[in-house]
Amino acid sequence: MEKWHLMAIVVLIGLTVRWTVSLNSYSGAGKPPMFGDYEAQRHWQEITFNLPVKQWYFNSSDNNLQYWGLDYPPLTAYHSLLCAYVAKFINPDWIALHTSRGYESQAHKLFMRTTVLIADLLIYIPAVVLYCCCLKEISTKKKIANALCILLYPGLILIDYGHFQNIYNSVSLGFALWGVLGVSCDCDLLGSLAFCLAINYKQMELYHALPFFCFLLGKCFKKGLRGKGFVLLVKLACIVVASFVLCWLPFFTEREQTLQVLRRLFPVDRGLFEDKVANIWCSFNVFLKIKDILPRHIQLIMSFCFTFLSLLPACIKLILQPSSKGFKFTLVSCALSFFLFSFQVHEKSILLVSLPVCLVLSEIPFMSTWFLLVSTFSMLPLLLKDELLMPSVVTTMAFFIACVTSFSIFEKTSEEELQLKSFSISVRKYLPCFTFLSRIIQYLFLISVITMVLLTLMTVTLDPPQKLPDLFSVLVCFVSCLNFLFFLVYFNIIIMWDSKGGRNQKKIS
Amino acid sequence: MAALTIATGTGNWFSALALGVTLLKCLLIPTYHSTDFEVHRNWLAITHSLPISQWYYEATSEWTLDYPPFFAWFEYILSHVAKYFDQEMLNVHNLNYSSSRTLLFQRFSVIFMDVLFVYAVRECCKCIDGKKVGKELTEKPKFILSVLLLWNFGLLIVDHIHFQYNGFLFGLMLLSIARLFQKRHMEGAFLFAVLLHFKHIYLYVAPAYGVYLLRSYCFTANKPDGSIRWKSFSFVRLISLGLVVFLVSALSLGPFLALNQLPQVFSRLFPFKRGLCHAYWAPNFWALYNALDKVLSVIGPRGFLRCLTLCALSSFMFGWHVHEKAILLAILPMSLLSVGKAGDASIFLILTTTGHYSLFPLLFTAPELPIKILLMLLFTIYSISSLKTLFRRSFTLVAQAGVQWHDLS
Repeated sequence: MEKWHLMAIVVLIGLTVRWTVSLNSYSGAGKPPMFGDYEAQRHWQEITFNLPVKQWYFNSSDNNLQYWGLDYPPLTAYHSLLCAYVAKFINPDWIALHTSRGYESQAHKLFMRTTVLIADLLIYIPAVVLYCCCLKEISTKKKIANALCILLYPGLILIDYGHFQNIYNSVSLGFALWGVLGVSCDCDLLGSLAFCLAINYKQMELYHALPFFCFLLGKCFKKGLRGKGFVLLVKLACIVVASFVLCWLPFFTEREQTLQVLRRLFPVDRGLFEDKVANIWCSFNVFLKIKDILPRHIQLIMSFCFTFLSLLPACIKLILQPSSKGFKFTLVSCALSFFLFSFQVHEKSILLVSLPVCLVLSEIPFMSTWFLLVSTFSMLPLLLKDELLMPSVVTTMAFFIACVTSFSIFEKTSEEELQLKSFSISVRKYLPCFTFLSRIIQYLFLISVITMVLLTLMTVTLDPPQKLPDLFSVLVCFVSCLNFLFFLVYFNIIIMWDSKGGRNQKKIS
Repeated sequence: MAALTIATGTGNWFSALALGVTLLKCLLIPTYHSTDFEVHRNWLAITHSLPISQWYYEATSEWTLDYPPFFAWFEYILSHVAKYFDQEMLNVHNLNYSSSRTLLFQRFSVIFMDVLFVYAVRECCKCIDGKKVGKELTEKPKFILSVLLLWNFGLLIVDHIHFQYNGFLFGLMLLSIARLFQKRHMEGAFLFAVLLHFKHIYLYVAPAYGVYLLRSYCFTANKPDGSIRWKSFSFVRLISLGLVVFLVSALSLGPFLALNQLPQVFSRLFPFKRGLCHAYWAPNFWALYNALDKVLSVIGPRGFLRCLTLCALSSFMFGWHVHEKAILLAILPMSLLSVGKAGDASIFLILTTTGHYSLFPLLFTAPELPIKILLMLLFTIYSISSLKTLFRRSFTLVAQAGVQWHDLS
């Protein structure tokens, strides 16, 4: 069958799954006075359409920041404005100032879902298709199967189309993916531009900023700082500055504007973590209530130190030995470090780690699939809160089947395929009997999957004991956190023990 | 890990396809459903709460029981599972009752019954030989047929959105076709008789079965040139076929015969009896005539399939009170033909694209619009692309032959 037909079919399957998931209810459906984040998106359209730019981020009688105030960078605001224009064309009641609060109707729900699908179709899906087509050393069939698996990743689908909190994640992730494509294919300027757009869409993309910076810096060093490298550096700096200025232009006119936007984007006074997240601090909190014991600034410093200590080795290696493969793995480990140790992390931020993991699906299918399953599982409390149990289970199973059939992951668990060969050779210099690494990993996988299934069943069927109402959410977060720590170590091992950009280790399947 | 692979059953592409479409069906659970949903809920209530003598008389709801008795028994068995989901749905007076648990139960029952359809598709695949083409999996006729049947657009939207139980019924039909292909004629006849007593719309294709069984089973031998050897007619076989049909009918209609309710049952099954009988049989006679015309050329199971499709199509065109969904009766058997010959494939593509498009008005709600467009595109692109690839060699051979002939002349 022709390649384009198969790819079209894969895209159609992805779109169908997305739309059917969106037919379920959304967060805050019918729950005044705050409703849910669906209302937040609608409210932003109302604000950006009716108020002048200067008032978007400020508290005023027309714009009550306590009621879903804007807390994303300007590009999100512009996008909301664009959607508002379309909404005005269809039904002005949807965005009427003040009177449209809590507006809920079948037509409006359809409108909001459609905007998400269109944004996905225009930005994220083409990036995925192009990325898979540009993969090297892989047969066409595998490329298309890769695209299918990435498009079926449950986490992104459930958050963007089911949960509806902070939707349009596919836009920022899509821009970031275009950025990865650009810098991997040596179109550094376009790649940087795309990534700047991503950061200006959602500030969470800053998790990916360091690897981009290190990779590009490494490229400049490689080209020599006296000649081409320096030119590249200057060009990149210009592009970055230009894109930021362009996006923030209305807000650069006054210092107070810029500061207010920054205050909305980075609410440092909200604490180390909120709700239950599969984070080190939240898990640690179970044993020792650090959130209450330590003062705020100490918490900040502590999280800062841990985050940077854990991502530093990989980043330094990337500067010294820039390679496309190293770049992707560093994206993973960097984002994972931020997720585990950083300040005010949301459960959805795991998507920032999942995207790079999707990108390395073809290189380490077994571990990537495992990680992506855990990432979906870590969001279970959130998904259950929105009554998304059926879509979660179905999409997870579909993803799992797609990965297993496409990559035959259970046959790829040897040391070489797990990219751990050089590591285990080094260890064997000191411990000659260290031959059971892949066996250990297989058992860990089994234990992990069984635990996840059991916890899911328990959360759904049983009621938590009276004294510990959050028992199951905390258990889910704790188990996910342990898994993520394991993956952090694993990915860092791959990066540090990778030699010559890994060209000699690929087996063509 | 090898054990895990086997356990997940994914070394087998067929299981992956079947599981995949089942998961898609689960995702379609919250979609719009038509009044057929209430129809089946009502039948669950009738068969559960009332004695058999009341089944075909009950008329509290406008959706009275108008399928043959086997379907009523099927609803009766389902109702015993339903009571664990939501007891309220089994109350005859709870008109238009559709709690979330009712919805879940009904949708799951359709998805579950599709197991029979999956089994039938598997049996049909065994009848297709793929020696000629493709070392590649996706180019094998078996694979293409499985996708065309398991992921059939029409079945998906009629059964799992609009809400009906066509899946397992078509499973019975495909299974009977497969048995006829495998020369297990008695089983094929038995299965078709059972099918008739589940849903009598399949009467449309009964002539095809009749003629084929007569031709291939009752006449036990052929002359060397393929035409009938009239002397080889076997009365025993004819009688045994008749016996099978009679026994099945007795099992189905027997209880109602004993209760003297047969006229009532028939009036439910064939409403406006006088008018319907005229129209019902006219296209069938037309089809029968056509089929008899071809009786000498009905060689083998492929001829039977063609005849069956023809019956289905002509009844669709000229029948009384025909539903758009009846086009599925023609499309599904045609799928079996399409992976055999290039000519059949082109006809199939035209039939399926137009037939599926004609199903669009069934889903008129806005949220379902993207679903029907996406699924239709999916099925159409796949069918055109895969069949074209399958027959590209024969297309090029035909083209080359055409060129040569043209040169010669």
